Amino acid sequence: MSARRGWLVARPGLGRTLGFLRKETLQIVRDPSSIALALVMPVVLTFLFGYGVSLDAEDVPIAVVLEDPGDAARDLVASLQGSPQFEVVRADSMPAAERLVREHRAEAVLRIRRELGEGLAAGGPAPVQLLLDGVDSNRARLIGSYVDAAIGRAAAIRRLRGEAPGVPLVTAVPRTWFNPALRSTHFLVPGLVALVMTLTGILLTALVVAREWERGTMEAVLVTPLRPGEFLLAKLLPYYALGMGGMLLASGIGVTVFGVPLRGSFAALFAISSLFLLASLGLGLVISSSVRQQFVAAQASILAGFLPAFFLSGLLFDLGSTPPAIRVISHVVPARWFVEASHTLFMAGDIGAVLWRDAGVLALMAFVLLAIARRKTTTRLAEDRA
Amino acid sequence: MIDAPAALSFDGVTRSFPDRHGGRTTALRGVTWLARAGVVTGLVGPDGAGKTTALRLAAGLLTPDSGAVRVLDLDPVAQVGVVRDRIGYMPQRFGLYEDLTVGENLRLFADLQGVPHAARPDRFAQLMRIAGLGPFLDRLAGRLSGGMKQKLGLACALLKEPDLLLLDEPSVGVDPVSRRELWKIIDGLVAGRGIGVVVATAYLDEAERCGEVVVLDRGEVLATGAPAGFAAQQRGRVLELEPAPGEPPRALQVACAELPGTIDSTIRAGRVRVVTASPPRVEQLAAARGARSHAGVTPSFEDAFMAQLAGRHERLPVGRRERAVEPAADDVAVRVRDLSKRFGAFAAVRSVSFDVRRGEIFGLLGPNGAGKTTTFRMLCGLTSISDGEATVAGRDLRRAGRLARLQLGYMAQKFSLYGALSVVENLRFFGRAYGLRGRRLRERIQVGLEEFGLVERRDDEAGRLPAGYKQRLAMAAALLHEPAILFLDEPTSGVDPLARREFWQRINAVALGGTTVVVTTHFLEEAEFCDRMLIMARGAVLALGTPDEIRTLARTAAHPEPSIEDAFILLAERQGDAA
Repeated sequence: MSARRGWLVARPGLGRTLGFLRKETLQIVRDPSSIALALVMPVVLTFLFGYGVSLDAEDVPIAVVLEDPGDAARDLVASLQGSPQFEVVRADSMPAAERLVREHRAEAVLRIRRELGEGLAAGGPAPVQLLLDGVDSNRARLIGSYVDAAIGRAAAIRRLRGEAPGVPLVTAVPRTWFNPALRSTHFLVPGLVALVMTLTGILLTALVVAREWERGTMEAVLVTPLRPGEFLLAKLLPYYALGMGGMLLASGIGVTVFGVPLRGSFAALFAISSLFLLASLGLGLVISSSVRQQFVAAQASILAGFLPAFFLSGLLFDLGSTPPAIRVISHVVPARWFVEASHTLFMAGDIGAVLWRDAGVLALMAFVLLAIARRKTTTRLAEDRA
Repeated sequence: MIDAPAALSFDGVTRSFPDRHGGRTTALRGVTWLARAGVVTGLVGPDGAGKTTALRLAAGLLTPDSGAVRVLDLDPVAQVGVVRDRIGYMPQRFGLYEDLTVGENLRLFADLQGVPHAARPDRFAQLMRIAGLGPFLDRLAGRLSGGMKQKLGLACALLKEPDLLLLDEPSVGVDPVSRRELWKIIDGLVAGRGIGVVVATAYLDEAERCGEVVVLDRGEVLATGAPAGFAAQQRGRVLELEPAPGEPPRALQVACAELPGTIDSTIRAGRVRVVTASPPRVEQLAAARGARSHAGVTPSFEDAFMAQLAGRHERLPVGRRERAVEPAADDVAVRVRDLSKRFGAFAAVRSVSFDVRRGEIFGLLGPNGAGKTTTFRMLCGLTSISDGEATVAGRDLRRAGRLARLQLGYMAQKFSLYGALSVVENLRFFGRAYGLRGRRLRERIQVGLEEFGLVERRDDEAGRLPAGYKQRLAMAAALLHEPAILFLDEPTSGVDPLARREFWQRINAVALGGTTVVVTTHFLEEAEFCDRMLIMARGAVLALGTPDEIRTLARTAAHPEPSIEDAFILLAERQGDAA
């Protein structure tokens, strides 16, 4: 024990850093809100995204108005009923079907007219009418394509039975890579990891330094021999640990509960997450050393950290389909690079070309932000404070 | 003593800060002063004098625009490492981590200051003994009383045995007993180790305990020297008047304050103390009112301080002279019987009973944790009553809380108006919140603006007003709906002596107008302005009576003219012995 103490005294900087680090850790342990934000929120968010938020359409209620009593029409209805995407609701007439849509009991109407059987028999065109609720345009398109697929299946069955003449000349056989089941959870959870680390890294860090200013403890610490670098290191380490903890929780739940694959290596995930977290911590420290008030720090974190991470990172919306200006802006958002790397790691694997580039950009961002934070942390009070 | 080396010196130091309008305000303007080793130097001045800026410059937290600061013959900017190793600094509000325990705070600051591990057990034990915090090592700093926080803050600043100790307003929010203890510790340090101590303070009785004093005002040094030397300059200009039997000292004090030539007038130990440029005028007034005049009073530092500042600060005339209601024992505004408040198993207030008469100024006094704030909150309807009864203006608080609340005005300890709204917008909002409308609202706002000298500032943003004006606005807002009773919670905490005097003049005017005033305060000398007061400790009543009755409790042959503070300390010690 005494040997260890002698060693500490010989390195006063280390003693100071460890002392400050211990204080920081005690404060985190005693503050239930920081634990909640760093560790409970990732779990809640993962379950929320895993179960609650889905970009897929399943069990879509579709109203079917069957005006043709023939076999072809019945085959079509059977094909809809057999599909996991649809929940068929029978409607007696078009007005009844329209009412179902207005009352949100159906999202689409399929009207099979009397001409269907006749048209097919004559070998000519056989139209069916599809009405879609277009409030959510993406979903409407999705439902439209599901109905197309169901009609295709019904036609194929009829051909197999030899009831329909002719075989289409070309058939496309789609095969989906990386996410064969086309489950949006596989896409959402890797992006969610970015969100979790953004919140811990920026919001929590911005709050803790601003809190020191607000409570007047910063002034007491500033007059001690503690150096800015030691201060920053002691502030970074605990929140780095918390952020990585949140990342591990979110991805762990994603993999075990929701079956999200991790096709890349864990080491790569850990390394790139670390770089992203350092960039976030750097931004958090820059914010907090600039504003010095918890309330403003929280607002700035939401504006500069959370919102860009949510909307400009591609975690929810494909950046490829955004206007070029937005795409250009997204390049300065650290989360954009991390989401790309995370999607690649979880769904594709260790694709060197992508991951090295993302890691390089994140490392540069982390370096720049931490350097700014270091510059802004001095042992003096700022110019503008009396 | 005079030849002791300088521990800290300022030579023509100027420091300014950017203000909100793009210009710069000067906090210190070419100040020159020094603090010697082995002496306690007081930096004394009203708010905005530049005391905190001076201490921050000494600690190397700020750099001067021009001039030179030397700390222990070192440059606090260029040699910041060495300097910080040798100074102890306690910022305002003590700079403690409230979510760490006493022991953890000590350990943290020992780590930061590089106190060797081998030396720690002895040093910690010694400091905790001095500070009397030994039994509380495991208590969170946030759960300590103001006095204990102050002593812990001091202990943290003393860990490395500094050669220069800088204390910024160490006594704000601290009760008188704890303040005395702090000064014992400081005096011990100076006598024992000969260190230099610089204390910034707005408490003039503390300044009197300093070896040397630097009077600062608006960034300039007005005077330096020993407090006794200052005081001597006022010899012959200080009188004490003993009011005629039956006349309250307050009425006499108001009359003295209005005499031409009066520099300062206060109430001390039942007498009116006047500093004046023309003693004959005061003698005449005394004779006319049947008061006994004592000339040749030994001037105090406070007298000299007020004389230094005389004419440098604008003073508002305070309206109303005649008393509208004479407080009578059977005309009760607030009636409290066996009032109790429990938080879980802890009894914060235990069976307290008293009456407040209509039109009187009633003081609620006691150290931190005495239960006065809790009692106060129950009376304002801010917290529920566990047991007992309380009526305010005839309304039972437990049954008709809302009706009772319409009868009272409340001014919180902290500035609780909307900083982003203008003066008049704040008044309009609070007026409407109390149900005033239309012409009546406009009239009341106009009266408030005029009475509190806010007419010219009606469109200024409330958050940017100087501290004294903020307090005026808060009081104007609390009085808009003409409440029967005005509750004031620690209205003078952290307020400088000038603003405190103005405040009591106002309170006096409000009470003379027939409004009952209930006020809590830490400053026992201010209790002299109350008609009657209740002293609480540990949740129970310690004493109740007029200032004179309270003082009588401490009167002994050895101490024939005790102050309220003497009486208070005696009572608190007696209770401590009994417990």
